[in-house]
Amino acid sequence: MADLSSNFLGIKSPNPFWLASAPPTDKAYNVNRAFEAGWGGVSWKTLGEDPHIVNVNGPRYTSMMSNDRRVIGFNNIELITDRPFKVNLKEMRQVKRDWPDRALVASVMFPMNEESWAKHIPIIEDTGVDGFELNFGCPHGMSERGMGAAVGQVPEYIKQATEWCKKYATVPVIVKLTPNITDVLYPAEACLEGGADAVSLINTINSIMRVDYDTLTMFPTTGNMGTHGGYCGEAVKPIALNMVAEIARNEKTKNLPISGIGGVTTWKDAVDFIALGASNVQVCTAAMVYGFKIVEDMKTGLSNFLDEKGMTSVDELIGKAVPSVTDWKFLNLNHVDKAVIDQDKCIKCGRCYIACEDASHQAIEYTNNNDDRVFTVNDDECVGCNLCVSVCPIVDCMSMVAMTSGTDPRTGKKISSEVADWTTHANNPLKVS
Amino acid sequence: MSDNKLISDGVNVKSHRLSKKEIENNFSDLHAPLSAVEALIESDRCYFCYDAPCTKACPSDIDVPGFIQSIRSDNLTGAAEKILSENIFGGMCARDCPTEELCEQACVRNDNEEKPVEIGLLQRYATDSVLSSGVKLFSRKKETGKSIAVVGAGPAGISCAHRLAVLGHKITVYDAQDKPGGLNEYGIAAYKSTNDFAQQELQYILDIGGITIKTGMKLGNQINLEDLQEQYDAVFLGCGLGTVNQLNLDNENVSGVIDAVEYIENLRQIDSKDELMVGKNIVVVGGGMTAIDIAVQSKLLGAEQVTIAYRRGKNIMAASEYEQLLAKKHDVQIQYNVSPKRLLSENSHVTAMEFDVMQSQGDGGLKASGESITLKADVVFKAIGQKLVTEGLNSLEIIKGRIVVDENRKTSLTKVWAGGDCILDGNNLTVSAVQDGKLAAISINETLTQGV
Repeated sequence: MADLSSNFLGIKSPNPFWLASAPPTDKAYNVNRAFEAGWGGVSWKTLGEDPHIVNVNGPRYTSMMSNDRRVIGFNNIELITDRPFKVNLKEMRQVKRDWPDRALVASVMFPMNEESWAKHIPIIEDTGVDGFELNFGCPHGMSERGMGAAVGQVPEYIKQATEWCKKYATVPVIVKLTPNITDVLYPAEACLEGGADAVSLINTINSIMRVDYDTLTMFPTTGNMGTHGGYCGEAVKPIALNMVAEIARNEKTKNLPISGIGGVTTWKDAVDFIALGASNVQVCTAAMVYGFKIVEDMKTGLSNFLDEKGMTSVDELIGKAVPSVTDWKFLNLNHVDKAVIDQDKCIKCGRCYIACEDASHQAIEYTNNNDDRVFTVNDDECVGCNLCVSVCPIVDCMSMVAMTSGTDPRTGKKISSEVADWTTHANNPLKVS
Repeated sequence: MSDNKLISDGVNVKSHRLSKKEIENNFSDLHAPLSAVEALIESDRCYFCYDAPCTKACPSDIDVPGFIQSIRSDNLTGAAEKILSENIFGGMCARDCPTEELCEQACVRNDNEEKPVEIGLLQRYATDSVLSSGVKLFSRKKETGKSIAVVGAGPAGISCAHRLAVLGHKITVYDAQDKPGGLNEYGIAAYKSTNDFAQQELQYILDIGGITIKTGMKLGNQINLEDLQEQYDAVFLGCGLGTVNQLNLDNENVSGVIDAVEYIENLRQIDSKDELMVGKNIVVVGGGMTAIDIAVQSKLLGAEQVTIAYRRGKNIMAASEYEQLLAKKHDVQIQYNVSPKRLLSENSHVTAMEFDVMQSQGDGGLKASGESITLKADVVFKAIGQKLVTEGLNSLEIIKGRIVVDENRKTSLTKVWAGGDCILDGNNLTVSAVQDGKLAAISINETLTQGV
């Protein structure tokens, strides 16, 4: 059995599955249950200055569901902890004492003045927490007050606040980033400059879920008005993975440890994050939808996967896929793929045909002789776009196969084993000769 | 009209074999309708195929992926409109179509997982929704001033009448029975059309306006084809098959030997099914849907032993494999390859039926093997097909006892169209009758509006 134990910045946990700072880590009651269920660590619900904030007394959450009511995406407008500072500290101290082998990180959000950080950080650290996570990500409510995402959207603020935290903390400092920015590298580099030990990402994405079709107001509302919330859950994973990979492959930030967050629901999602550069993952929505038990499959699934890959620890997986991520301009334009249909597996639904016909390059042909439906790829037109594969409902029925020799019948060009990308392409006005 | 004394009291023939409650329970919906959640989940299974095989397999050309997509998106009115614009009896067809041989047989999901999308149940979900809400999906075009006579208020006739009404024509529908509806009202197995569905659906269809129904009007009696041609701009015959085939055996008129069709009519119309006279040992002669329907319904009424006796083999049986299974599920025995030989009776009531055991020949013919079997019977149902009543139709071209029509359902007479069971090559399905009526209406409209 592969070793799932994790050492993130010196913070040890029996597995890399932490609960993200969010409703499931709101208080000792939940966190104790989470640890009983087997979670490796938690980032406690974000602490702030007293007097504590208040939440609305109406809908805080909404989900986007499939027809069989599986939650695909999730939105919240809950703020940071709505309990007194001292109550949280007392509980954190007790939890850390009761669960010494689990990671306990204090998520914090303070205003942009040094006094506040100087006042709070040492008291929090005194509870025995293993680290801090700076919440520069919440996109609703707190950002209106100049905190959360309002900090995370300004690299200079990130750097400044990180420096303050580092100044008063002795344990590692993780900075949690907002995805509501144009380029995640700016905040990531600011973290590095501010002395952050790691980044965690992503926090939630600005979102309105839908309208109410009866009242034609946004949905949900508190009374008759609503506000945007933060979007998370399975649907946001690809956005998070891109940002994680960007940081992991960026020259300046490539050695900055990453805690991956965003839609982790199964062990496969964890594999995605870890292979693209995260050292561990944090989970919220899956626990909110299914309860803490969901971690059981995450652990056995990841362990079995590592065994199958011949890996003995999670560390061996970290960043494995990062070298495969590059800029578009470095993609090999000499490479030629063609779609292939496995006729034995094809169920003749025609989705590949109509997708290609209406939305791509008319490269799939359809014949129907007395209800004998046959779909075939026309290599003369196929640009290898993968749309057909993306819509085929049958596993392994359609695939892209690379041409390794001969001539591409679409372009008439010989297949070359040489790599040629946009930087050297004749059509590129900025080509390097 | 038949009554519940269709079979006289005799040894082993009696009513109240089961309690009223048991019978009500037995005759509840064969397939429970889908709930909203079930429908949404099932609709998600549709792949939205291109040039969809299910649509091609539908005799009435319903855009199946189209209506299922509308169920998926909670657009039930849109879904129903897709169905009913091609097949105004989409509600009944959702209940009585042999979907396992039509749309669902063609579903591409069969290839991969042998579990097609439940198209029939989804169609029912969508159509039930508009029928219960009463949303009007169709309106009439400007009056054309043309009037058309429709003979037969069954699926073919009403389908034709509805389409013509939409196109702005005025229609008079004549029907021989007391109630309109044809086989939907009198023939479909009771567990496929519960809660007076046939009349509810008919009412919804007739709400379009422009259609007058006249019942108790039989072709050849109260009305005749010559007069109709004179009085109307066009005539559509959807008169069905008015009489049944006979066994042509001695003793055929003894008590207890009865037409399945007549018994089913009675079963569909009677207020309390527990009043029906039911045999203990029943033999059903035939191999079509009527044979299955009467056999299963006899079981549900409390008959102990029901055997379907069919001349040929399992694969040739007109009733689908699914229907054969349905019968077996209800403990109906099916005896293949037996041909009626003799009816045995005592005191003028049938007691048993003897059959020749048949062997099929290479040329498709049948030959008696020389062996015979005897099945005990206190009731014998004849379900060996129906015949067109040709009296009064002499001016039409008729082949093999059916009216000849072209692809537009036009007969040999200039002003007469026909559809449903009465035409040559009709396949006895509600859905095909509906399609016939629709095609005829389109053709009639084109003819009547030419040059207008």
